[in-house]
Amino acid sequence: MTESSGMAISLRGVERRFGEVAAVDGVDLDIAEGEFFSMLGPSGSGKTTVLRLIAGFDEPTAGTIELAGKPVHHLASYDRDVNTVFQDYALFPHLNVIENVEFGLRVRRIAKAKRRQLAREALERMRLGALETRRPGELSGGQRQRVALARAFVVDPKVLLLDEPLGALDKKLREQMQIELKDLQRNLGITFVFVTHDQEEALTLSDRIAVFNDGRIQQVDTPENLYSAPATEFVASFVGTSNLFDEQAAHRLLGLSGTYTIRPENLRFIAAESGRPGRLSGTVRNRMFIGSSHRTIVDVEELEISVLEPAGSPNREIGDAVAIDFNDADVRKLRTDGLSAA
Amino acid sequence: MSQTSRAEGRLPAPPMTASRRLSSFFATHRKLSLTALLAAPLAWLVLIYIVSLLLLLVTAFWSTDSFTGQVVQDWTLGNFTAVFTEALYRAVTVRTLIIAVSVTIIDVVIALPVGYFMSKVAGPRLRGALVVAFLMPLWAAYLVKAYAWRTIVSPHGLLDSLGISPGLGLIATIITMSYIWLPYVVMPVYTGFERIPDNLIEAAGDLGAKGWNTFTAVIVPLVWPSVIAGSIFSFSLTLGDYIAVQIVGGSQQLLGTLIYANVGTGGNMPLAAATAFIPIVVIVIYLTAVRRTGALKNL
Repeated sequence: MTESSGMAISLRGVERRFGEVAAVDGVDLDIAEGEFFSMLGPSGSGKTTVLRLIAGFDEPTAGTIELAGKPVHHLASYDRDVNTVFQDYALFPHLNVIENVEFGLRVRRIAKAKRRQLAREALERMRLGALETRRPGELSGGQRQRVALARAFVVDPKVLLLDEPLGALDKKLREQMQIELKDLQRNLGITFVFVTHDQEEALTLSDRIAVFNDGRIQQVDTPENLYSAPATEFVASFVGTSNLFDEQAAHRLLGLSGTYTIRPENLRFIAAESGRPGRLSGTVRNRMFIGSSHRTIVDVEELEISVLEPAGSPNREIGDAVAIDFNDADVRKLRTDGLSAA
Repeated sequence: MSQTSRAEGRLPAPPMTASRRLSSFFATHRKLSLTALLAAPLAWLVLIYIVSLLLLLVTAFWSTDSFTGQVVQDWTLGNFTAVFTEALYRAVTVRTLIIAVSVTIIDVVIALPVGYFMSKVAGPRLRGALVVAFLMPLWAAYLVKAYAWRTIVSPHGLLDSLGISPGLGLIATIITMSYIWLPYVVMPVYTGFERIPDNLIEAAGDLGAKGWNTFTAVIVPLVWPSVIAGSIFSFSLTLGDYIAVQIVGGSQQLLGTLIYANVGTGGNMPLAAATAFIPIVVIVIYLTAVRRTGALKNL
């Protein structure tokens, strides 16, 4: 992890304090070239601050930031080969769509004909060709989003930073933009660093994800590993839903020492007529139909256990006594440092 | 919990008081409520402002009896001929314009860095202190400020003792008026800067623009409407001023003092009315020019 060559971005011991408060508290991170990398965490977890540090809008109070092996943490944003797509797009309201896209090219003193051509190509790519002369105020949220993307990638950066770019869009549009983003990243072949608080979005889009909490990285892994093998209680509860067993509960109910988690879909009810005792027993408190599956909340002593079954499973009434079974392989031990239950 | 009280029975509807009845009447009669709302200010605007302006226009076409000094309601263009042909009026108009333009330029040049500093650089405390500092002169009476400047620039005054006093005259008038109208320019320019989101400045830097580029390509175009708004204040207020120049201007005459003299010592109301048309025409030309630039659209 100390070798940083071949890495698009390397952070070492990065810290950003605002007075007493550490917004970012000792972050080490390596992001490979061409990777779709997400920084996931709740608001105030430090993910956006890290993005701003990489972009150069803010300086770390300690630590180093390298882009393609070159230290950049003392360079201004205009001297860094990264571009940002802002959360609320930050389009220039006094310029029309094509002038917005041309802005970075104009600053680079590219000849007028050439920059018009490059801007047109970028707009075509985002299917905005017809809107060239509109002002940002006359565009819908999705269109503004595309203009912001075109404006950022038209200057051909090595890294594109995206700060919750889909946050302001409605669900349908967001899903469509997710696909477009993924395609765009693949076609451009550059590194995307994507900040989001939406775990589903991060899981869908990313090659790798860093989960942030309280200014620290909890875990960096592929979406699959993050989901199946969460390292900490925070990751287990923030990424997907989890049944958490703290030390006491684990000891009493599972006969294990330490903190553990079991995903709801890895729990199953034992049919009452089989007469077998389950490994957990409790009372049904609530049952919800969520399309492809049923979620049943069961009170097991003081614990609230969530069980996910495929739709069409036998019905259970509120108040039913139920027995629950699971496989040992699905019980995950969690790291207990940095505990901060959600 | 409110849930329990709800469960025991529905809460009573609010009592139907007279004021409630009135507001529900207005809520269902939109046009009536609009009329009630606008009647007083519209009446004020039309009767007091527009009608008196029209009367002024009409008066300008009348004349005075040279013997009694009474206004005679004979239609004549004589006043306008005098105003537009006599060298005195031309000289005073040019002088007034020079002063109004100078005051506006000085105020804008001060307001731009100050407004930028207040909105984008200073912390909340310093910002509050600066806003108060720039608004404070508004708490003092106009005459007090004008006489304060007179003591500063007059012979044996503060600046004179330092050997740098411009003395009473045009320069002193420009300085005094720049000072008096400065808050009217600083405030719109400051709020104009305030309205520029920080992330637009960040976005410009992100796309490779350095300070000067960001300033000329992003900040100036966005703050321009506010500069125009401020300039309308300083320009029109200076154009109509006739007091400060009497206090610090020495023997200099401006359009305002000319009108004042025509009404007062001259006792020639029709000529004063005709003279008053010069600043009105200038302001209309100025506003039209400003409108052409499109700056008013973003106000």
